Amino acid sequence: MRTLLEFEKPIAELEHKLIEMRKLAIENNVDVTATVQSLTEKILELKKETFSNLTRWQRVQLSRHPDRPYTFDYIEKMCEEFIEIHGDRSVADDKAMVGGFGNIDGEFSVMFIGQQKGRNTKQRQYRNFGMPNPEGYRKALRLMKMAEKFNKPIVCLIDTPGAFPGLEAEERGQGEAIARNIRDMFMLKVPVICIIIGEGASGGALGIAVGDRVLMMENTWYSVISPESCSSILWRSWNYKEQAAEALKLTANDMEQNGLIDGIIPEPLGGAHLDPEAAAAKMKAVIKEELKKLCAMDTRARIDARIDKYGKMGVVVE
Amino acid sequence: MSWFTRKDKGIQTPTEFKREAPDGLWYQCPSCKKAIHTREHRLFAYTCSSCNYHEKIGSQDYFELLFDQTRYTELDALMSSGDPLNFVDTKNYPDRVKATELKTGLKDAVRSAYGEMNGLPITIAAMDFSFIGGSMGSVVGEKIARAIDYSLEHKQPFLMISRSGGARMMEAGFSLMQMAKTSARLALLDEAKIPYISLLTDPTTGGVTASFAMLGDFNIAEPGALIGFAGPRVIRETIGKDLPKGFQSADFVLEHGFLDFIVDRKDLKDKLTSLLGMLQK
Ligand SMILES: [Zn+2]
Repeated sequence: MRTLLEFEKPIAELEHKLIEMRKLAIENNVDVTATVQSLTEKILELKKETFSNLTRWQRVQLSRHPDRPYTFDYIEKMCEEFIEIHGDRSVADDKAMVGGFGNIDGEFSVMFIGQQKGRNTKQRQYRNFGMPNPEGYRKALRLMKMAEKFNKPIVCLIDTPGAFPGLEAEERGQGEAIARNIRDMFMLKVPVICIIIGEGASGGALGIAVGDRVLMMENTWYSVISPESCSSILWRSWNYKEQAAEALKLTANDMEQNGLIDGIIPEPLGGAHLDPEAAAAKMKAVIKEELKKLCAMDTRARIDARIDKYGKMGVVVE
Repeated sequence: MSWFTRKDKGIQTPTEFKREAPDGLWYQCPSCKKAIHTREHRLFAYTCSSCNYHEKIGSQDYFELLFDQTRYTELDALMSSGDPLNFVDTKNYPDRVKATELKTGLKDAVRSAYGEMNGLPITIAAMDFSFIGGSMGSVVGEKIARAIDYSLEHKQPFLMISRSGGARMMEAGFSLMQMAKTSARLALLDEAKIPYISLLTDPTTGGVTASFAMLGDFNIAEPGALIGFAGPRVIRETIGKDLPKGFQSADFVLEHGFLDFIVDRKDLKDKLTSLLGMLQK
């Protein structure tokens, strides 16, 4: 059963009406072509209107839509072959951070790495809600260095409400793990593409999000804190999440306008969850196009450009 | 010879080497409540002579403690914050910054400078917790990045003294990217094999821990410093239990293998000098 967000409901109602009308038409053998056409147009119009006027908070809601494609969904749809690789070779295999080699159209072997969320209660717990522990970040770095060794590009898919704030995570150095990843990703000799596919929360996202191209899917968010936590800290209440989302300017459009990402990957109208196949096809096309450009660059030039890009981020008064 | 023992030899204190006590002549230790003469407190590098509590001092104090004769040249002293997001919560961000500037006399939460430490050229960046919780926005990131550039250009060690609650929310995405910006420069410093010492002081958490503070060739801490990624409150809420005593203290972090050593502030200058001296020989 589909989960409906508040602003999806009027559209779903019309869609339901359309189905009913078609059923009735068949059962009673009447011609409803004209009505069906006008209703179809009406639905399309409503969709366009709704989705071009979403508030920032509504984008956040879309980014967390329970039907949204997750890391493995994209990998499965983009790759003919995929071999998952587990473990950080030190402590554990973090189920919230996944990765492995995949093949794209026989053209590219790619190291895919990403946070993985679960689809039902049991899976969500198994995946720790997409919140990696330090071993997740260390596993990711191990996979990146392996990709570098075999001269294969890296694609990171980011979807996390944050790095896990737990007792063991602190004992095992969550901060150190993320810091090391951020620094070492700058020096990777292979092309790195990072795509925010859902939630990009703070250091937990950035820990696998330093790249030559950082892209956001259209209905995602990326910021230093979630609107809820921001509300609780700055407004000292959980009730200002809408205002916090507005203030944080955390959507793909905001981030692109502020020069903090390199581009946006458009989603099917209504969101990636309505047509995951199309969303993955678009993502694959973008990855291929960008990889061709990045592979043509000199290694050191690519690293220097990566460093320079982040060097320019920030607004100061002198 | 440690900095601490110099007081017995009646070293002359430079005139700029002064710190107003909140209570005139006497400083009361917040930990053991002992009243200490401010002159004595200063001579003990703002640590308690009774319980060794390390007072949360700022950039100016560290510059005075570490640079020879308090001679140093500050970098980017006038750089201040913009308001790229027109951020408004319960206050306008620029108003918040202005009020903090007036209250603290600082331009932002970090100051950077170069000079000599026992004759060794060094670049130091030190954070000020009094400026919006030592939070990292564009200015903090940019000043640290440029301080690292200075170390790179002049091939001299870089010392980062962190004291921060983490990201500056009012700069949202810009704040986050400072973690990447500073780490990128540290990757270059690392590549050039120039020593980087990261001193973590009380408290060092969030995005600062998850970037430059944990990236030292040497990660060292002051005694009793709270060091972590997530803050204690968030962890408590996540696990629904009280945290064990000493959780996220410098001792705890050392015990778990993420610090090279803990250093008493009274020994800081000389210990750093010895360490860097060994690297240069
Ligand atoms: Zn005391």
